[in-house]
Amino acid sequence: MSVEKHVVVILPHPDDESFGSAGSIANFRSQGIPVTYLCGTLGEMGRNMGTPPFANRETLPLIRKQELQNACQVLDMKLQMLGYRDKTIEFEDRMEIAKHLKGILDEIEPSLVITHYPGYAVHPDHNALGAAAIKAVELMEVEKRPVVWTQAFARGFKDDLGEPDVVNDVLDLFEKKMEAILCHDSQAGGIIGQLKDYKKLGNDVLQQAKEQFGTETFYTWNFDN
Amino acid sequence: MKPIEMENVQNWLDAFTNKQVYIHVETTNGAYASHFDDKAYNVGAYVRNVQITFQQAKIVGDGNAHRVGLKTDNGWIYAEGLTDWVIHEESKLLLAGHDRDGKLMVALQISETPFDY
Repeated sequence: MSVEKHVVVILPHPDDESFGSAGSIANFRSQGIPVTYLCGTLGEMGRNMGTPPFANRETLPLIRKQELQNACQVLDMKLQMLGYRDKTIEFEDRMEIAKHLKGILDEIEPSLVITHYPGYAVHPDHNALGAAAIKAVELMEVEKRPVVWTQAFARGFKDDLGEPDVVNDVLDLFEKKMEAILCHDSQAGGIIGQLKDYKKLGNDVLQQAKEQFGTETFYTWNFDN
Repeated sequence: MKPIEMENVQNWLDAFTNKQVYIHVETTNGAYASHFDDKAYNVGAYVRNVQITFQQAKIVGDGNAHRVGLKTDNGWIYAEGLTDWVIHEESKLLLAGHDRDGKLMVALQISETPFDY
């Protein structure tokens, strides 16, 4: 993986960092590279309330905030919460968000930003914050711009975008990534629910998880387009 | 939250009647519905911290699920599929409907003070 000065991760929900980028983050941290997470919201509107449910619409934000802080501790990265509300980012003024982000980037001066690929990241918040993050970097002077890695996972994304140019094999950090994912206990369901006791699982489920989470891919954003 | 107890919920609804209250109403099948199932549609609606006054409120049972209707001067608020309830911070009535995996499908909440966030 590339050698960086400082990496900034810009994603909207507590758990986005763990599912999509925990291996890459852990790799950077293992090299002593500082990583800062700018987390857009507290996932206030999540449907998952725990399995079985232990949260409700009003208690969920603080529960997810704690889960986020725990995951950031596991991944040993700094956390800055941006204070937007779940599912509303696309309705905010994009330029306002971009300026907000640029202010933070100007201070941190990262060499790399990780965010979602606008239009190819399924959730409206992913697409909107990804677009605002790219806009924020565009607002910077060309020589000061960090490299931007964008993550896509919408149905059929490779048909449109081709193969991702950044492919990080993070299988050796699988346990660290699982530890980060499992911090988000309220969001555990489906495969993650099964993986709660992943060390005791049969090889087939474990193998499926390793295939799903063992590689992290990104597209380097091309600002000339 | 706990399974709805109709009489207790009705008492709380009555206590909010003819008062200016804040409402949270929500229904959703999630932002990933059509991602996981290409035949599904993403649908949802969400109202938070809108002030209303209702003159009449009733909870109706239908198996494990319930409907609640609030009648205002010139309209209605209504939620269907409610399964669970809790009183939050001693004063806010939270009603929600969860699917078999415990995911929230619908919510109706009433409070005399605004909801946070």
